[in-house]
Amino acid sequence: MSERLEQLPAYEPKRLLRLTNARIVSQVFFFVAFLLAVWATWTSRLGGYPVSRLLEMDPLVMVATALSTGYVYRFLGWGLLILALTLVLGRVFCNWICPYGTLHQFVGWLFNTRKPADRWASNRYRKIYFFKYAILTVFLIMALMGALQIGLLDPICLMYRTFATAVAPAFDGAVGTAGERLQAGGVWLDSLKFAPGVERRVFVGSFWIGLVLFVLVGMNVVIPRFFCRVLCPLGALLGVSSRFALFRINRDVHKCTDCNMCMARCEGASDPQGQLRLSECFVCFNCIDDCPEDALSYSMFAQDAKQVVPAPDFGKRKMVFAGLAGLFALPLIKNNGVNTDENYSADLIRPPGSVEEEEFLERCIKCDQCINACPTNVLQPATFAEAGVEGLWTPVMNFNIGHCQLKCTLCSEVCPTGAIRKITVEEKMGKGRYSEQGPIRLGTAFYDLGRCLPHAREIPCVVCEEVCPVSPKAIQTKDVEVKDVFGNIVVLNKPFIVPDLCIGCGICQTECPVTDSRAVYVTPVGESRSTERRLLLNNRSSSA
Amino acid sequence: MSKKDKPVQRPDYVKAPLSRRQFGTRIAAVLGIGGGAAYLAGAPAGWPLSMKDPTGLRSMPVHTPVQLGDYRVAKAAGVPDVVVARGGVDAETRLRMALEPLGGITHFVQPGEIVLVKPNVAFDRSPNLGATSQPELLSVLVRMLLVDARVQEVRIADNPIESPADCFAKSGIRRAVEQAGGRVYLPDSNAFKVLHTPGAKLIEQWPIFHRPLTNVDKVIGVAPVKDHNLCHASMGMKNWYGLLGGRRNQFHQDIHEIVSDLSLMMRPTLTILDGSQILMKNGPTGGDPSDVKPGDAIVCGVDPVALDAWAFEHLLERGQYYPRYLALAEQKGSGEVAWTGRVREVRA
Repeated sequence: MSERLEQLPAYEPKRLLRLTNARIVSQVFFFVAFLLAVWATWTSRLGGYPVSRLLEMDPLVMVATALSTGYVYRFLGWGLLILALTLVLGRVFCNWICPYGTLHQFVGWLFNTRKPADRWASNRYRKIYFFKYAILTVFLIMALMGALQIGLLDPICLMYRTFATAVAPAFDGAVGTAGERLQAGGVWLDSLKFAPGVERRVFVGSFWIGLVLFVLVGMNVVIPRFFCRVLCPLGALLGVSSRFALFRINRDVHKCTDCNMCMARCEGASDPQGQLRLSECFVCFNCIDDCPEDALSYSMFAQDAKQVVPAPDFGKRKMVFAGLAGLFALPLIKNNGVNTDENYSADLIRPPGSVEEEEFLERCIKCDQCINACPTNVLQPATFAEAGVEGLWTPVMNFNIGHCQLKCTLCSEVCPTGAIRKITVEEKMGKGRYSEQGPIRLGTAFYDLGRCLPHAREIPCVVCEEVCPVSPKAIQTKDVEVKDVFGNIVVLNKPFIVPDLCIGCGICQTECPVTDSRAVYVTPVGESRSTERRLLLNNRSSSA
Repeated sequence: MSKKDKPVQRPDYVKAPLSRRQFGTRIAAVLGIGGGAAYLAGAPAGWPLSMKDPTGLRSMPVHTPVQLGDYRVAKAAGVPDVVVARGGVDAETRLRMALEPLGGITHFVQPGEIVLVKPNVAFDRSPNLGATSQPELLSVLVRMLLVDARVQEVRIADNPIESPADCFAKSGIRRAVEQAGGRVYLPDSNAFKVLHTPGAKLIEQWPIFHRPLTNVDKVIGVAPVKDHNLCHASMGMKNWYGLLGGRRNQFHQDIHEIVSDLSLMMRPTLTILDGSQILMKNGPTGGDPSDVKPGDAIVCGVDPVALDAWAFEHLLERGQYYPRYLALAEQKGSGEVAWTGRVREVRA
């Protein structure tokens, strides 16, 4: 015994250049890259930067949209990069790249109140960790049938959505308030340098989106990396792939003293102290860091075949059950009846370039990058009221808040999946080689004649005509001279819509002074993306 | 009392001492804190430190309105009120020709001053559509102010209807004026202050895009000449609409009053009308190049009313059926509609 003690090397402090520190650098890099991407998704900063690249690298987005549409859109092939990386190195994405994983790890580390003795117990594998594979199965089965719901829980989609609609406005608000305070003290903080160039962005229903983040991040206090271990469908997909990984953590049973120190900081709860659960391992390297006997290594050769469980803890029964659950959930979602061509919400106005509704729902991953990019704040995450269960948090236009700017195609620029197809200004306006098919119409404007000031109240107004951006104007006026109730002669320019010219941009509704329930409003009927929702058979024009 | 309910006397129980001094200190503390709080909450509003709000009105936010100065400069005798320059190879020659009879740019601004140039950048439109000010003229003016007049800073500001960043970018104005050395001010929520305009009917108190006006010495309006669906023409005076904040679209209910109010709110050093791309119809947005008539005139002047009246007649070619706001502006002392004898035309 004493002989062995003498053989022990003297205590050496941990080296600075070690794998876990390299990992932290990588995590910080990708987290900052993500923040920059969200920040740069704005009209004055979006100089061709690949702001949606993290979404396009997401293999679950690639696989699920390939299942639902049969094709791989634009840059989605980038997903193969992560998939290939996983097939060689294991789930490195989860602990080296994924910004959502970084957020969870950081919060879990910051609010870790466990005593050291309890830490390893919190990182023991639990049965419930199979659940993410069930979620993945349900989502993929539904995607195959044409209902794309991965965006609800895919970490990258979830994080983009939350940061665009809940975190960014909080940041803008903080910059704005700081600006106000500083301005009172005579200092001018140009908040437009930090925050977007609209006075204040609002996002309908962002409370619920923010609450999801709150709950999921808060769960780290109960179970470390709760989201990653239990819910993450992308982690599940990578877990399934990682069983083929060349490299993995290997335990040298001759050196190991079964001290369980490796479990103290194990991120994936992958049992490095026993048979490694390969599909759970995030390759965080904490176990190697913590092993006092140098018994753990990350290697391709000399792996101990006995000390590994390659496949996920997801038996055939569970898989069949999850698949059936997906199959039964599908008609419930699809037959909800609020978003069919016969019965759809008058508020379901999709951004320009959107493909037809059925195809749209096969593509939209609810990442809300379009909503983040929109310079007028008109794009909003849909609630159940507009788009039903299936379309929750997909983009809709709310013309009370903003309007669709004529020469702007930013939402189509940043859409990673082609739910909003990439269009040009020329195509949007129906000019040049698109003059045959005409402009992209989002809907048609209507008047509420009982609320319109010149029509119902004998008061001049017609802001709507002034701002109508098409030429010739789709809002024109009948000018009448009337004697009002007080006996004054007033000239009323009574506005009316020329539906053939209206593109449904909604600026008339945005600028209408009857602010609560607008006297002029746009509904989606007549949108050019759909023949089923068309209004006019022919568009009249003076030349025809 | 049953045996069970009897209070247990623990053996280690020690009676906490409360001396007279301790008792006194505590009472004093209660009286001090409580009395102080009672004073803050209950003292009449005029007393120092009082927080009492007996009617609920004292706690309402108070906006101390700002006031704008009079940016006009004195005019020498024999100088015309309005000068029209036509022809000339480029905007620079034309602008110099138009300013020369007025005394040149150095008559209006002094070295070291801060100058605000207010273009019309209301819409997200390219310059050839005539809905916004021409970037070329702005860049010439900015350079002239910085180089010829040696001013300290030239600011360019507008509060557009559409996204400010997009409007300034796609009208070409941001690029042009920043290359010339000007500084663009975009509106954000902190940039507005309530403005008091004595005598104005609709905007006696109204939020205005004030940051670019802070400490400014001279103000120059540079406006396109445009058709306007409701007030017939949008020219030099209507251009100041772009400084307003708030729910300004209500002003369409009394458009002539607001335009004349604007002429009262802003007494500019100089107004420049750009007659190079005249929006003849479908205004104020335009949208089709066929709505625009190219021209070769630049109109400068110190009487905004005469300036607009002349341009209405000669550039928009609408005859003498002047919009009503011109007469209203004259009533408010902003200038005179009758331009005959006060306009000088120069030709290259």
